[in-house]
Amino acid sequence: MKILALDSSGLVASAAVVEDDITIAEYTINHKKTHSQTLLPMLDELRRMTELDLHTLDAIAVAAGPGSFTGLRIGSATAKGLGLALDIPIIPVPTVDALAFNLYGSGGLVCPIMDARRNQVYTGLYAFHKGAGQDARYDMCTMEKQCAVDIAWLAGRINELDRETVFLGDGVSVYRDQLAELLRVRYSFAPACCNRQRAACVAALGAVLYEKGIAGTAAEHVPDYLRLSQAERERAEKGDQGIDR
Amino acid sequence: METKEDILILAIESSCDETAASVVKNGRGVLSNIISSQIELHTLYGGVVPEIASRKHIEKINQVIEEALVGAGVTLEDITAIAVTYGPGLVGALLVGVSAAKAISFAAQKPLVGVHHIEGHISANYIENQELEPPFVCLVVSGGHTHLVVVKDYGEYDIVGCTRDDAAGEAFDKVARTLGLGYPGGPKIDSLSREGDPDAIKFPRAKVVGSDYDFSFSGLKSAVLNYLNSCEMKGIEVNEADVAASFQKAVIDVLVRHSLNAVGEYGFNKFAIAGGVASNSSLRAAFETECGKRNIKFYHPSPIYCTDNAAMIGVAGYYEYIRGTRSGYDLNAIPNLRLGER
Repeated sequence: MKILALDSSGLVASAAVVEDDITIAEYTINHKKTHSQTLLPMLDELRRMTELDLHTLDAIAVAAGPGSFTGLRIGSATAKGLGLALDIPIIPVPTVDALAFNLYGSGGLVCPIMDARRNQVYTGLYAFHKGAGQDARYDMCTMEKQCAVDIAWLAGRINELDRETVFLGDGVSVYRDQLAELLRVRYSFAPACCNRQRAACVAALGAVLYEKGIAGTAAEHVPDYLRLSQAERERAEKGDQGIDR
Repeated sequence: METKEDILILAIESSCDETAASVVKNGRGVLSNIISSQIELHTLYGGVVPEIASRKHIEKINQVIEEALVGAGVTLEDITAIAVTYGPGLVGALLVGVSAAKAISFAAQKPLVGVHHIEGHISANYIENQELEPPFVCLVVSGGHTHLVVVKDYGEYDIVGCTRDDAAGEAFDKVARTLGLGYPGGPKIDSLSREGDPDAIKFPRAKVVGSDYDFSFSGLKSAVLNYLNSCEMKGIEVNEADVAASFQKAVIDVLVRHSLNAVGEYGFNKFAIAGGVASNSSLRAAFETECGKRNIKFYHPSPIYCTDNAAMIGVAGYYEYIRGTRSGYDLNAIPNLRLGER
């Protein structure tokens, strides 16, 4: 199975082509330029360097959220355009799950944190357990589903689970000091080679999800923002009274 | 029937609150024109909410493009090039169309042409007026734009006048909100005006010092507010239809005066209007009369081509394609893109 994967949920833009157990190409950029300017030129470069015939692709996997609203839409709109033109399905891969997959096989808890502003993080808690099957693989178990929460709540939950934890993601630099203060367990931070979004991980986890039947048409795909827009939130808080005149 | 020599443009538009796609043949024939409007959703908030607009665009984009292809009776294979609005507009909204268009262009190996939204509005006039060709003067009036443009040739424009503050449509929206008419204001004021006296209240016709063709509508908007406040203070009952009609007349007077002065100065006998406000019935009637008096041929698109749509982007995209304009995969959304800039 050949998957083209995209992740533009955070500061990183990443694209990869993965076929079964082989990453044919992966291209990741963490630079000032907007994803709108980088993502398609990166795909074009991948195609040329690997002489990729796009019609051999089986599916597009995309980091579907949470993340920057605009970043998610650039990734998803790109995936939808590709899916439309190639007539192939989209696998929506939860962003935080894909980040956790970076640290496949880790012993303790894996905790990706992305800065979600408003003093919150997009996060989740994961553990890898030996699978029951013959193929010597780990299953990624979700201890806390991806969510938007206060950093204090997250630290409290980790203390409660009382397991060594490794953190990764762009939220680390923002919340490093607060975590040091709040945590009562042993912890560490992932190194540069695996501490940010990587499209090859989106593809690898995407393949697992695809096998479970989690894929849909390009037309119906939408990002999973995990949050309402500000206007909807404020309207809900006001109790659906309509607009002020 | 489409032949190999025909140039078919698949056009995509998502700059504000309409998700639209269209297939246009040889620059003048609209084979399909699909528009998914979000207007009801934004009515809840009294105006377009950018984040909600962007979310809606991504929900609808593929469906709208697929309908445009099916409606035109063609497949992506048959398409010559992809045209997409890349500015001006709401950046998050534009990015949905631009990202999808680039991906389709990449995957289907079709050339990509970025189109200026205003160039699209102007080009809407070519759809139903097959004989219309540049040069002519065009007034673009919508919720976001008030531009007086000299169309020198296809793709060649001189902006001779624009608004210094509010767009004409924006003034309509704000006055409508003040009168409690709701959003969008243009059509509501237009219909209420029919019951009012346009000469009942003397609202100012603003002149911009040092510029013959620039517009200013914020003073007019304040004058309406002041009028309503002073009536309230004096306990005078307001005739809302008269306010609407008098306000509308003040806007139209200025638009007509500047436009026809420009037509006179540049020496063309052709004048066109475009943009959402161009479907205002009183505005059309005023131009019809005044152009008639001066023997100027007056062009205007049907309302369906005045509102944001992709057919107009397909027409503009065709002429850009013919001129050799091509966009790269790094095409970005440019929220304040100026007409004539790339």
